[in-house]
Amino acid sequence: MTIFGIPIFPDQASTFAKDVDTLYFFILTVCSFFALTVAILVVYFGLRYRRKREGQTGARIEGSLPLELMWSVIPTVIAMVMFGWGASVFYHLRRPPDDAMHIYAVGKQWMWKFQHLEGQREINELHIPAGRPIKVTVSSEDVLHSLYFPSFRTKIDAIPGRYTELWFEASKPGTYHIFCAEYCGTNHAGMIGSVTVLEPQAYQAWLQGGGEGGTMAERGARLFEQHACNSCHLDSGQGRGPSLKNIVGTTVELTDGNTAVVDDAYLRESILTSQAKIVKGFQPLMPTFQGLISEENLLALIEHVKLMSPQASTASGQPAGATPSPNAPKPPARPGEKKQ
Amino acid sequence: MLDKLRIPERHYLHEGHSLRSWLLTKDHKRIAIMYLMSISVMFFIGGLFAVGIRFELATPQGDFVTADTYNKFFTMHGIIMVFFFLIPSIPAVLGNFLIPPMIGARDLAFPRINLLSLYIYWIGGIFTIYAMITGGVDTGWTFYTPYSAAGSNSHVIPVALGIFIAGFSSILTGLNFIVTIHRMRAPGMTWFRLPLFVWAHYATSLVQVLGTPVIAITIVMLFVERAFGFGIFDPARGGDPVLFQHLFWFYSHPAVYIMILPALGVTSELVSTFSKKTIFGYSFVAFSSLAIAIFGFIVWAHHMFVAGISTYSAMVFSFLSFSVAIPSAVKVFNWTATLYKGAVSFETPMLYAYGFIGLFAIGGLTGLFLATLGLDIHVHDTYFVVAHFHYIMVGGAIMGYLGGLHFWWPKITGRMYNNFFSKVSAIMVFVGFNITFFPQFVVGYLGMPRRYHSYPDEMQVLNVMSSAGATVLGLGYVLPVIYFLLSLRRGRVAGPNPWGASGLEWQTQSPPLTENFVEIPIVTGEPYEYDHVPAKESHLV
Amino acid sequence: MSNVVAHAGQHADSPSRAHHRALQHHFDTMPQQKEAAVIGMWVFLLTEILFFGGLFVAYMIYRIWYFDAFAEASRSLSLFWGGLNTAVLIGSSLTMAMAVRGAQTNKRKATVNWLILTMILGCVFLGVKVIEYSDKFEHHHVPGPNFVWASEHAAPVAEGGAEHTPAPEAAAGHRKLSLTPSQLQRTTQIYFSLYFTMTGLHALHMIIGIGLMSVITWMAWKGRFDEEYYTPVELSGLYWHFVDIVWIFLFPLLYLVERHT
Repeated sequence: MTIFGIPIFPDQASTFAKDVDTLYFFILTVCSFFALTVAILVVYFGLRYRRKREGQTGARIEGSLPLELMWSVIPTVIAMVMFGWGASVFYHLRRPPDDAMHIYAVGKQWMWKFQHLEGQREINELHIPAGRPIKVTVSSEDVLHSLYFPSFRTKIDAIPGRYTELWFEASKPGTYHIFCAEYCGTNHAGMIGSVTVLEPQAYQAWLQGGGEGGTMAERGARLFEQHACNSCHLDSGQGRGPSLKNIVGTTVELTDGNTAVVDDAYLRESILTSQAKIVKGFQPLMPTFQGLISEENLLALIEHVKLMSPQASTASGQPAGATPSPNAPKPPARPGEKKQ
Repeated sequence: MLDKLRIPERHYLHEGHSLRSWLLTKDHKRIAIMYLMSISVMFFIGGLFAVGIRFELATPQGDFVTADTYNKFFTMHGIIMVFFFLIPSIPAVLGNFLIPPMIGARDLAFPRINLLSLYIYWIGGIFTIYAMITGGVDTGWTFYTPYSAAGSNSHVIPVALGIFIAGFSSILTGLNFIVTIHRMRAPGMTWFRLPLFVWAHYATSLVQVLGTPVIAITIVMLFVERAFGFGIFDPARGGDPVLFQHLFWFYSHPAVYIMILPALGVTSELVSTFSKKTIFGYSFVAFSSLAIAIFGFIVWAHHMFVAGISTYSAMVFSFLSFSVAIPSAVKVFNWTATLYKGAVSFETPMLYAYGFIGLFAIGGLTGLFLATLGLDIHVHDTYFVVAHFHYIMVGGAIMGYLGGLHFWWPKITGRMYNNFFSKVSAIMVFVGFNITFFPQFVVGYLGMPRRYHSYPDEMQVLNVMSSAGATVLGLGYVLPVIYFLLSLRRGRVAGPNPWGASGLEWQTQSPPLTENFVEIPIVTGEPYEYDHVPAKESHLV
Repeated sequence: MSNVVAHAGQHADSPSRAHHRALQHHFDTMPQQKEAAVIGMWVFLLTEILFFGGLFVAYMIYRIWYFDAFAEASRSLSLFWGGLNTAVLIGSSLTMAMAVRGAQTNKRKATVNWLILTMILGCVFLGVKVIEYSDKFEHHHVPGPNFVWASEHAAPVAEGGAEHTPAPEAAAGHRKLSLTPSQLQRTTQIYFSLYFTMTGLHALHMIIGIGLMSVITWMAWKGRFDEEYYTPVELSGLYWHFVDIVWIFLFPLLYLVERHT
């Protein structure tokens, strides 16, 4: 919901979002009532009983037991209603239906890795069907994280050494935020992504691995974003992975003392079995993308990396998909545009 | 008749002018002044970090400072404000200064321990500031494991030690107050004749004494985990990171009551004085302070509803969390009833009291949203929570502190401050505060998480509003420094009781004698009696 | 307060009453001062209970979860040294009580002697702890990167002849250990983390206590105390008894887990 184009209320994209919002508005109404009553009384009494002359004192009123009881008991009753209602919504939010589709999520500094039972793996992106309850089992590889879907109104912490879970049933196709909601270090604010809710047929198509448009290198650039390669392979070389700018055709030194030439085969190996060769001076932190990327997407990624070395000759491997330009394509600001 | 008012010849500020006479003093009033100067410095340091935060958040990208630096900003803002400003503020400044005269005593029970607690505060503060200057810490003020034990490369241990040390200062202050209130009351000063300010500090001291040791041991456990690799919270060795959260919040929830109870006590004094009427329901207000202190200890896991605790524990803690709201509501209703048929005037302290009532009410009511399980799942760890606790800590505790400072300033210094500018800054603080923090409720429900260096573009407008408000708020805090300092030289002489207030402290000269009273009074009347106290004149004791 | 009557109330500088040299100016009478000090000390001990309490809570939780690991680790501790230390501390509480009594009855020499005896017993306690700790270092039972738990061995034999803990196979007649060896390796480390933190903190309190005692002994030697004023001795006594009581809890919790087998 927006006012003058400014969003002030999140989408209701899950079946229980409405329940949560109704509860919210109930409490908001009750609290506004009390806050306004107190504010009005306090201002009214202050003006009506304004001190008019020097030395004037107030009336001698010590208290009133009936009043004290009334304004203790009534708020208690209201509080109990809030508690009961809240507990019942909570119970519903935490009890996944038996037939829920299962997805695994692992948080790690600083990305979310999702795994579908059918084998699809995603990083920072989650594609799900609308109209089916989905249970996400969550864990962490390192420190605490928290998987948060604001448009679904649910979150759960990701704890190392433990499994936790949340569930939802997405009701509205669209793309919504995923946030990490437990502070986890440097790039906590970057540990975000998007969940794309698809109509059931579109979801089936996605599962089949339907491609997206554009040149290979453009597709590769999008994939480079989506798989969060850019979160470690910073151009500056200060990231957790080596800079990929201008490396094609060069020779790199590895941690085991050997050297390697950066050609198509090397790039392919680094993506699929990243632990095989580690560049000297870096830690073996890169996840393997075996099973995560289709063959076509792998080639697209390699094209993109090659475009980051515009001066390199195309002597090794496949010809470049597009004329090398002086500027590598700039990655879009955030994966997945928000469609409202 | 009223002679032209003059500052008395002999008072506590004249009893020795050397540095030694201050640093080795046993006078609770001088110790209070030294605390005042120290926490003011801390407040502005914490405020600088806040400026950095709001400046960065005016744009969606993280473009002002690096992510690591931003993470250090919000961590250090929280640590300084919670441990080095809010927790000592009212007790160490106003409590120290006023409790002995309010109960008719010459000093606190343990003056040297009072001085020791100041030294300990200084040592803890220096430790922490040093650690911050040499690299800082980026774990968040909540230090959750495993990040704080194994993940962070920042100066966790020195800062944690600084907080550990400062905790002893808090414990000793609480201990001193408890013994003083039990054993040093003047003849005739029964428990139910005590000013509500004293009741509030008694309740606060109970929390300080019982709660602070638990954060101390938690820090010890974090220390051995990080320094020696012990593994108490390490899942790879069978440890449980959530255990840290239980131990941490067992103190840190009651800690928020340490921060607000004294302000609730101040507000009772202000509402009564500026309506010239006794507080409605005195014993209910007194007992509500104790109730808040006690219930405050049994609700800690409401900070952990999404942390993986069981559904059933969550329900228990949600239920209990509502219980702690009721005594707070009772206070607000009693203050409202006090105004009814009062003789109300709007001097600066009363403006702060009004601001307090409004903002504390909003802050407290938004706590109900968080106690409600179904809602907390959505808003936990978002800006909704940030807005909630700032309404209470800043809109509540800081306004209570400033209101108290403005009320008792003439007693502490013998002089009045500029009336016009003091009202202007009270209003600036109130307005600026609301513009800063109200949008955060909205952006929080929208889903913006806490501790985010950058955020989605569509959340920018609300963030810009918040940052704009922070500018007004900041200015509102700077003004008092100026007019308070000026008042020391150029302020009108206040006399013993410029407000026509009740209370033993107003029956003495301003500034008070070192020994507070020429002769210890014998109390025969009830508190908050105004009929026989002419404004601006009272008996000198 | 409108009905305050500013009478000459009780206050300490009335010339007609000679007051004790130790009476502080803000108190009216010695009994009031002493009462305040004693209440203050009890409040402080309450904070100490909460302080150790956090560790006891962590201990309780992990013991419930990993009982077998705790039992096995506990069996590796020396009952002899632990028991000796318990006796030593209880004895030192007795000598402390005698010292307070001596101060109370204005017996300067006796007070000093009892205090010195208390300190000696305290040092004995610490000496035994050094023996126990160094044994742990030797056997790599210190948690951290060098921790090793070899559960197929019998428990190490400490000096003085500790009892042998039967190997797990031999204990099979009673019950099989339900944790795998690697789980045991992990979770006994938790036990030792708590062991060192709890006993280390306790030992630190003992050291502080002995330091306190030496100051009190010096004050007693200088004749600072009499029947009316021996509060520092009494307060130190309270502290010492508290440290003793903490050990009374630590000993069974750490040393006596499932010892009945």
